[in-house]
Amino acid sequence: MVDLFIGAGILFCAYKAMQENRLLVSALWLALTSALVSWMMYRVGAAEVAVVELSVGAGLVTVLFVFAINIAGDESLTRQSLVPRPLAWFAVVFSMGLLVWMIMPALQSERMRAVLEQTGVLAGLFRSVLWNDRRVDTLMQVVLFFAGALAVLGLIGEPNKSREERE
Amino acid sequence: MFYLPNIVLVVVLALLGIGIYCILISRNLIKIVVGLQIAVKGAFLALVLAGKLASQIDVGQSIALTVIVADTIVAVVALALAVQIRRKFGTLDVHALMSLRR
Repeated sequence: MVDLFIGAGILFCAYKAMQENRLLVSALWLALTSALVSWMMYRVGAAEVAVVELSVGAGLVTVLFVFAINIAGDESLTRQSLVPRPLAWFAVVFSMGLLVWMIMPALQSERMRAVLEQTGVLAGLFRSVLWNDRRVDTLMQVVLFFAGALAVLGLIGEPNKSREERE
Repeated sequence: MFYLPNIVLVVVLALLGIGIYCILISRNLIKIVVGLQIAVKGAFLALVLAGKLASQIDVGQSIALTVIVADTIVAVVALALAVQIRRKFGTLDVHALMSLRR
């Protein structure tokens, strides 16, 4: 029952984040969606990623959004979208139908039914998988973080430099 | 019917749908990043669910972690670009940016 409420909460928050015209409010709804998604991941048994999602998705990304909206300004655009709404609906329904068509046969198998009925959480091997089997990936993530930080510094710092040069 | 994997699957599909729809109909660059974030949340929730169903939740978690990192970097760079575009052109409207001639 709790899972059902979490799921409904996620969808409501995601819908509000999409529907809201004020960017700051939209970013806050997105943060709430992240927090609920991390709760759902914890319920699934992925506690480690849930913590990362809570801190990065609901924390860091929200701060970045607020920072960017603060600099760029809350420009609310209520005019008609570029893609016609019926076409957007068709694209969404088509992609969802395709996904369901691909996923459903896998869920029908006996093995999946057995796993669905299993309630116990598997022993945690996350650390071993992350540091032994996927060492290169983990190092790449560290590189990505630094690359992202440098990109932001380069992009945001550029106008200040040129102003100094002018002076 | 109300097994946790079934609920998660519905949430995954709905998040992907909301995210794609938001990307398609938004005219504001920052709103497009919001849509992308929503869709990616569905994607890594699906990865965790797939790991759980395959009895390899740790592998699912580690891949989901990579997706979270990549998604964060994409958001950071996209928001920085949006800030720069706003400074240079004075708008975040995709339609106005498309019609600009340099």
